Amino acid sequence: MADKILMKGNEAIAAAAIKAGCLHYFGYPITPQTEIAAYMAKVMPKVGGTFLQAESEIAAINMVYGVASAGKRVMTSSSSPGVSLKGEGLSYLAGSDLPSLIVNVQRGGPGLGGIQPSQSDYFQSTRGGGHGDYHMIVLAPASVQEMAELTVKGFELADTYRMTAMILADGTMGQMMEPVSIDDLEIKPAPEKPWATTGTKMEREHNIVNSLSLVPEELEELNFKRYDRYKVIEENETMYEEYKVDDADIVIAAFGIAARVSKNAVDEARKLGIKVGLIRPITLWPFPKAPFKKAAEHAKAFISVELNMGQMIEDVQLATESKCPVTLCNRAGGMIPDPEQVLNAIKEVNGGIK
Amino acid sequence: MNYKRLTILCGHYGSGKTNIAVNMAFDLASQRDHVAIADLDIVNPYFRSKDSEDEFKEKGIRLICSDFASSNVDLPSMPADLYSITDDKTMSVIMDIGGDDRGAYALGRLRDAIRIENDYEMLMVVNKFRPLTPDAESTIEVMREIEAACGIPFTGIINNSNLAVETSADDVLSSVKYAEEVASLANLPLVLTTVEDHLYDDLKDKISPLFRLKLQKKPI
Repeated sequence: MADKILMKGNEAIAAAAIKAGCLHYFGYPITPQTEIAAYMAKVMPKVGGTFLQAESEIAAINMVYGVASAGKRVMTSSSSPGVSLKGEGLSYLAGSDLPSLIVNVQRGGPGLGGIQPSQSDYFQSTRGGGHGDYHMIVLAPASVQEMAELTVKGFELADTYRMTAMILADGTMGQMMEPVSIDDLEIKPAPEKPWATTGTKMEREHNIVNSLSLVPEELEELNFKRYDRYKVIEENETMYEEYKVDDADIVIAAFGIAARVSKNAVDEARKLGIKVGLIRPITLWPFPKAPFKKAAEHAKAFISVELNMGQMIEDVQLATESKCPVTLCNRAGGMIPDPEQVLNAIKEVNGGIK
Repeated sequence: MNYKRLTILCGHYGSGKTNIAVNMAFDLASQRDHVAIADLDIVNPYFRSKDSEDEFKEKGIRLICSDFASSNVDLPSMPADLYSITDDKTMSVIMDIGGDDRGAYALGRLRDAIRIENDYEMLMVVNKFRPLTPDAESTIEVMREIEAACGIPFTGIINNSNLAVETSADDVLSSVKYAEEVASLANLPLVLTTVEDHLYDDLKDKISPLFRLKLQKKPI
């Protein structure tokens, strides 16, 4: 195994992106993700890549559109308010079937909000972000190592399905330092991109990258085809981690930092004899419905632990087909629930079961 | 450790300056009266010396720090009492400077007064496990950038190589060679190697001088 290094989550994303062959980065600084841009600024010139601090988030996402059209791996990163600015570009990328990686290291909102961690962009990420019928693949890391691994995975999925992949992290994940191995990341060669606008050399028809379709029948057909592709992704690409779910009466749903906190609470509750488990969605879209549906066959209650006012809870209710109650255990505005709060929620739900 | 009146801690972003500064302030306060810690970080709004404010109060250490540090107001600014660092010659100060050359620009403001008084140590904190300073050459590159930004040459190296919670005694032992190479290439002394409290007994006979980090801010 290669030597480990000590990295911030943000740095791990940047290092993994370069390792995955992303040589083009465009961004605009915003706390708590600025270390991504800072790392890119230092390293991109040394590896022959492009680092460009754009004049705005909107400019950056349109630069991403340009590089993606040329078939190269490309990324941008921001934090919540900045990602809202990118909304139009995200929709255009989807409408043009372009692969790219977008990183959102979330902070408390709405509005300018604050600089403390949050998961309140769950709806924005899993339901679109921009206008129109579309999805992004949304990946939620829960460690610095996973920040690196899911960055690589994000580029692969984006290229395979010609769509945007988003790393949806929170400020804690971006700022915390942990040992990480970048050298060990396995990089598969990027697929051919015969659709890219790389010049015809007078040997083929022009490739056109565009999201404008004035004939409604054709636009409908494009939407149908895109959703056929989404179906394949839902069937093949869901990722999740299960922890002590097999015999659980109570199942916690949590992602990112909330899952780390919840894991501690699960262990504490088990010591008290309460049968609790954890399902940690790693893909937030596609949402891992299957493990929740299966758990609902034996579990009596679910708890959704989130750093927001209750967003993923709706997906948990849908996935469990409302067979049993789903309770919310949350903090908002940049606050993080501690294991004690989650344990108390478990005890309360457990009391209700009896 | 023998302290000059001013102990300036600079280094690569995330090299551990703040943690060392806080521990040094406690160490210094155990030797002298009238000790201050100056948090002059203009880069990072998180993980600041100010986070240990209560412990400083308890030990009578003065905190010189922007009102906006650790306030979530993401505003790079200098404290109003900045010049007391150089004006009040009866005070011994540990100075915690922001990372990389960006952070060191703030220190440049005090350059002339510091160099004229000439009672300071300017220490480069290094961690071989950080991604952009894995060897002596890359570390020297960061050193030169910092010196160019603040206009104060380094006088020594602090080896703070660690892998956070996963740090083993062997990791620290193996890092000494790297730190010696940095020191040798920079033609400066390796002033000390730091070690977390729980590894101190394992290493106290193997590394000298070894600085014990008693207070460790734990991650969430």
